[in-house]
Amino acid sequence: MVDTRVDLCGITLDNPVIPASGTFGYGYEFGVLYDINCLGTFSFKGTTLNPRFGNETPRIAECPSGMLNAVGLQNPGVDTVIREELPRLAGLFHKPVMANVSGFSPEEYAEVVKRFDRSPVSNMIGWYEINISCPNVHGGGMSFGTDPGSAAEVVRAVRWMTDKPIIIKLSPNVTDITEIAKACETEGADAVSLINTLMGMRIDLKTKRPVLANVTGGLSGPAVFPVALRMVYQTAKAVNIPVIGMGGVSSAEDVLEMMMAGAAAVEVGAANLVDPFICRDIVRDLPAAMEKYGISKLMK
Amino acid sequence: MKQDIYTVIENRRLTPTTWLMKLEGEVRGITAPGQFINIKLDGHFLRRPISICDLSRDSITIIYKVLGHGTDEMTRLPYGHQLDVLTGLGNGYSRSDAGDRPLLIGGGVGIPPLYLTARLIDPKPTVILGFNNREEMFLVDEFKAIGARVIVATADGSEGVNGFVTDAFDELIAQGETFSHFFTCGPEPMLRAVYDKVYKEAGISGQMSFEERMGCGFGACMGCSMKTKDGYKRICKDGPVLRTEELLW
Repeated sequence: MVDTRVDLCGITLDNPVIPASGTFGYGYEFGVLYDINCLGTFSFKGTTLNPRFGNETPRIAECPSGMLNAVGLQNPGVDTVIREELPRLAGLFHKPVMANVSGFSPEEYAEVVKRFDRSPVSNMIGWYEINISCPNVHGGGMSFGTDPGSAAEVVRAVRWMTDKPIIIKLSPNVTDITEIAKACETEGADAVSLINTLMGMRIDLKTKRPVLANVTGGLSGPAVFPVALRMVYQTAKAVNIPVIGMGGVSSAEDVLEMMMAGAAAVEVGAANLVDPFICRDIVRDLPAAMEKYGISKLMK
Repeated sequence: MKQDIYTVIENRRLTPTTWLMKLEGEVRGITAPGQFINIKLDGHFLRRPISICDLSRDSITIIYKVLGHGTDEMTRLPYGHQLDVLTGLGNGYSRSDAGDRPLLIGGGVGIPPLYLTARLIDPKPTVILGFNNREEMFLVDEFKAIGARVIVATADGSEGVNGFVTDAFDELIAQGETFSHFFTCGPEPMLRAVYDKVYKEAGISGQMSFEERMGCGFGACMGCSMKTKDGYKRICKDGPVLRTEELLW
């Protein structure tokens, strides 16, 4: 028998499979399809202080082996998530969930974490994943994740708002991702997760205009897997905190490859949108894949 | 929503750009006309969302327009080819609001979901079908065969009313006709014209089916959101059918 358990900042996960933020809503759409308690955990939709509609449509464009999205952090705002989404999730999911937080200033990130942490549903939250890498919003998001000083500022602001582990979600749209990771580690981040999407664009030859209303979007899907794997490998060597690997993961084999590159756990994003049952299937297939490659345990 | 494997049992050209495909498989996930299916194609990352045109006990009929690489590839799928399909997606048309004089208005490739709607409502509706020209007409005889009264409008005047679906509607109103409720699907400029003419001017409430580029098709990614009076709606999950009263137009 193989052991699929992993440790993520002191919390044991039954397996390393974590649906990524923005591809799994607040769990409900999937919780009605299958028992989502089979997952290690999941990272819910990026939540900001105020409700956001996001960008104009079209927000989605297809690419070879992947997709661009420019959703722009649509979410109902932290208070509605506390009041409606998490109580509804409580009936479906009985493990600690990863709370994904976005913002437009260090103070906003801190305020969202504070509201979650002091809410009646805070016991549902295992970790905060702080998204400093959204490429689709202006004046916030990725701008914090592309400079070590700004990244450190966000970590400092949220670090003192909670005793729960803080995971910083990093952008690949930088020259050296390990510099950002090291800055986060120095300020007290408990883990980093990477990669968010790679900035890209498409033009419609018929209309001669960008496909996305936002012009640019974030590339995800199998196309980015080798880039993500390389960045996870480099970052895991550069820091002493856990690295969560993500980017194009779509099978149990991809999960194992990410973990061999140094990931402590693995997030699955775009694949959920194409096959809503993919994470359930990866969890199911993982033990056999481990046996096939002679891996008896995943815990570091 | 259900995920299953479906077998292509028919795939033929209806007009120069429009094709009909019949898929054999499970239909129990489908609960209303106006819902859609989402088809996985080899070599393409995202699925192709296509509205349901008709149903039998063991098959789904779709009519699709060749618009890009994916739909072009669909035309080459042979009899017996198996497809991974998500079915029963979206919030379809509510039939209970049809009333005693229902009106259906369809434009181009927006027409197919109205066929199942027409088949399932009683009394049979008046159907206005808009096409660019006579060459691109399809489903006209099928609507007639189920007892619907069909009025065709073509933009180039090669068949029926010379003009748009709203011109055909004007002619009916000028003849003193009245309608209880309308169902529509078509390109956005047509939907806007129908909204202004039929809902705002003539005061008839209706249900409108929208199209948008989708990521998942089941409400997870927020790729196809629209602002309405009742907040943000996902075209794939809260739509594609929305009510005239909810729209911010």
